[in-house]
Amino acid sequence: MIDALQFEFIRNALLAGLLASIICGVVGTLIVVNRLVFLSGGIAHSAYGGIGLAFFMGWPYMLGATSFAFASSMVMAAVSLKSKQRADTIIGVMWSVGMATGILLLDMTPGYNVDLMSYLFGSILSVPGSELISMGGLTAAILLLIFFFYDDLLAMSYDEEFAQVRGVAVRRLYFMLIGTVAVTVVIVVQVVGLILVIALLTIPPYIAEKYTKSLLQMMMLSCLLGMGFIAAGLWGAYRYDLTSGAAIIFVAGAGFFLSLFVDKMVSMRKKRLWLKAHE
Amino acid sequence: MNIVSIAEPIVEISNLCYSNDGIDILHDINLTVNKGDFIAIIGPNGGGKTTLLKLILGLLKPTRGTITIKENTRTRSGASAIGYVPQHVNHNLSFPATALDVVLMGTHKPGRRFRFGNTAAEKEDARETLAKLGIADCADRKIIALSGGQRQRVLIARALVSHPKLLVLDEPTASIDTKGQTEFYELLVELNKEQTILMVSHDLLVVSKYVKSIACLNRRMHYHQSFGSSGEVLDAFYSCSVEEICPVGVISKGIPDSSGGRA
Repeated sequence: MIDALQFEFIRNALLAGLLASIICGVVGTLIVVNRLVFLSGGIAHSAYGGIGLAFFMGWPYMLGATSFAFASSMVMAAVSLKSKQRADTIIGVMWSVGMATGILLLDMTPGYNVDLMSYLFGSILSVPGSELISMGGLTAAILLLIFFFYDDLLAMSYDEEFAQVRGVAVRRLYFMLIGTVAVTVVIVVQVVGLILVIALLTIPPYIAEKYTKSLLQMMMLSCLLGMGFIAAGLWGAYRYDLTSGAAIIFVAGAGFFLSLFVDKMVSMRKKRLWLKAHE
Repeated sequence: MNIVSIAEPIVEISNLCYSNDGIDILHDINLTVNKGDFIAIIGPNGGGKTTLLKLILGLLKPTRGTITIKENTRTRSGASAIGYVPQHVNHNLSFPATALDVVLMGTHKPGRRFRFGNTAAEKEDARETLAKLGIADCADRKIIALSGGQRQRVLIARALVSHPKLLVLDEPTASIDTKGQTEFYELLVELNKEQTILMVSHDLLVVSKYVKSIACLNRRMHYHQSFGSSGEVLDAFYSCSVEEICPVGVISKGIPDSSGGRA
């Protein structure tokens, strides 16, 4: 790996991965504890409609994707507050319709089209320096926003109703959180791809939740786990000439199953010790 | 049934109506909760019990009428005048928080920015509250590692830690076994020595042993400041439920020297 660091694209990829794991660790933790995984998937997929729209209209990519994702996330947030019971169905509808809209709009756009694969798996090995700077600025902005409202977000995430009784403006905070998720997803997607974003948003927080005692610890452990997965995945992709995004997801998935296995072993060991003590 | 000589009202509900989608849920409710009260609200499913609690907590707005809550002297906002214990204790279990952290959420004040963790004084206060409820040893365990009864006490501690004037509980024994319920009601009686309590319950038979007054709610409310209770009479009439008639009224009529009941 050390000799690989002489290449600029590897250094950029590691830096992009570092930023992605920080932002995904923090936002992903909030997504997992607020049970917003499906909603985040919906936002990410419907953002593809925005990409299609941007190409069709000749707008810049970021403008189309961000505004489309933001608008659909606000609709999803309103729906999930209004009718909790059927929110998942409506998110599922928006998920597929958004994606279909994007593909149809790209079909109708003359000339060269972006292909779906690069959107799904990203291209972490070809991140230009300029994109790193904008990604870094955005990561800082989102961290600032989340830590500004941290105490309120903590109260809402554990018990929405109680937070409201304590005087937290839960509705506004919820919309803010979903909006943050939308912006996070769009920005990180263009660097590491849609599937990797979902993996980074869910797998590290899920593992971290079991071994930490506070939301802040969970965020920090998620960031570290994400960094580990990305570094290991990039090394594997470089060493064995594999697709980088898929390699990172594979490592994260292996970590996920490893943590399940370790938990099982620990509980079996406890049971054995108990049986021994009670012989 | 002692009637407190100087009644100090904490919550005053007058002519309260609430309707949703044109359906009348609560009609012309009048209720005054005084300091030192221990009131149980009973009634059938769909009778509006939880709606009434949500109105008192400010989670819903009344369609007509008013709810006045006397604010705590020690805090500015009305938010901490009431400590709320929700019905479900098994909610968000895998959340990364210790029992102490959950109790500390009861001290939450909105609008505090860039704040991580709590002051030593708040933590001390939270530990004392847990000790008062007999679960001081659970403070540093994660909530997933606690039993249902312990979690229930953690949620009560969370409501009590802000020193509210009124403790509001929504069907608090729904997830506790029979032995736990008895212990729980005895705990409430103990707390009632310095705490006003308003509780929603299904179980007239059980609560009548512990509470000071009962409000029957089924769209309209019959409030019984005091009532003559007898387990056997209650048992006999319990099957009639509160669907059509108000059981406490019937019970009180059945007892010659009952003082406060009215049909």
